[in-house]
Amino acid sequence: MTDAPGHLLIVDDNKVNRLLLSRNVELLGHKASVAENGRVAMEMLSSQSFDLLLLDIEMPEMDGFQVLEAINADPDLRELPVLVTSSVEGLDNIVRCIELGAEDYLPKPVNKTLLSARVSSGLEKKRLRDEQRRLLERFATTEVAQDLQESGFAIGGKRANASVLFCDIRGFTTLSENLAPEATIDLLNTFYTLMFEAVTSNGGIVSLMLGDGLMALFGVPQPLNNTAQSAVAAGHEMHSMIEMLNHDRLADGEESLRIGIGIATGEVVAGYAGTDNRATYTCIGSAVNLAARLEAETQNTGSRILVDQETLDLLNGVDIQKTFGGTQIKGFSDPFDIHAL
Amino acid sequence: MTNGPIDLDILAELKDATGDEFAAELVNTFLDEAPGMIAELKAAADASDADGYRRAAHSIKSNANTFGATALAELARKIELGGIPATGDLTDAKALEASFAKAAAALRTLNND
Repeated sequence: MTDAPGHLLIVDDNKVNRLLLSRNVELLGHKASVAENGRVAMEMLSSQSFDLLLLDIEMPEMDGFQVLEAINADPDLRELPVLVTSSVEGLDNIVRCIELGAEDYLPKPVNKTLLSARVSSGLEKKRLRDEQRRLLERFATTEVAQDLQESGFAIGGKRANASVLFCDIRGFTTLSENLAPEATIDLLNTFYTLMFEAVTSNGGIVSLMLGDGLMALFGVPQPLNNTAQSAVAAGHEMHSMIEMLNHDRLADGEESLRIGIGIATGEVVAGYAGTDNRATYTCIGSAVNLAARLEAETQNTGSRILVDQETLDLLNGVDIQKTFGGTQIKGFSDPFDIHAL
Repeated sequence: MTNGPIDLDILAELKDATGDEFAAELVNTFLDEAPGMIAELKAAADASDADGYRRAAHSIKSNANTFGATALAELARKIELGGIPATGDLTDAKALEASFAKAAAALRTLNND
């Protein structure tokens, strides 16, 4: 158990109790702030961050039960540990606090040793939850992490309209043959940093990293106004970032990178697939296959970005470089009109 | 060990846990605040404000327990659980005021020792 100091908010309408609890908390080595009722506490919680709440129940304006309910309803506060400190009468009231999400109940006057143990364990829980959230955000994306925290984890998908983007480095195998393994990883890290930026700044998420390429989704898990417009904007941004990177690489006497991008739009099923132990946020549908094929097709046509008809129909004011009518795509029986942007 | 209205063990524990100086200041804060709480209790009785009545008694109970004023705490607890009396009936409030006066006198003496 760590004893790192925490910042606690003490909520009590009684001045003696506020002073006494602050003193106890400070003697334990933590920082204490006070609020004289639930309403003031909620205001403070919305403007500052606290590690733990010591909450009284009987208070005017907004009582402890109402504070517990408000905290439960707020995704930003739900993780905040709450210790109820009260001399409220009746076991049913204590049970109600626990049911509303309080970590524990400490009767007043609060025993110092008990308070110390409860505060340490509450702060430790908070630290672990924060750590878990950071890990989740590192290995998922912020959007998926948020979706997981809001709706919980469940294997299964939902239908949505989305645009799918595939991007790949041309001739990467040949390129990497001339590089030391460390330099290859270095190059990939730079590539991914730039591509992630292009995707996320346009409202998309990177759902897969595939060696020297990636798959990005626009419109799931969070809906977007115009998924095609966002995906195409991300595609153009990817190309201009690669051009800037090539500028530097040429100056250093290195070979320039070339990428190809395929984008398709349509109804997909998106959600968590896998097992309860290991799952990934993914997306299934013919738009996914088509986007992957379009990306491969950019090698044959020499295009920067290839999009399908559904994506093109959603774009406003677009310059089509060339339309390849009736192109036969592997895995699809009917030919497609595809467009180079 | 008791000294009339105050349980000296509880008061000693408070001093032990928070320091003599802080405990003495806290006693003074209580002596300053309690008359206001008793006034709130009376006002609530006059206005038939059941929540205010319960809350005022609850506050006094909670503080009395902190300082070992056991008789005062017990009386406040009875009032908290007893529900609001007929409008303007100050019998309980006055009994509480008298009990507080005793506890306050004892606390003042102890604070000056």
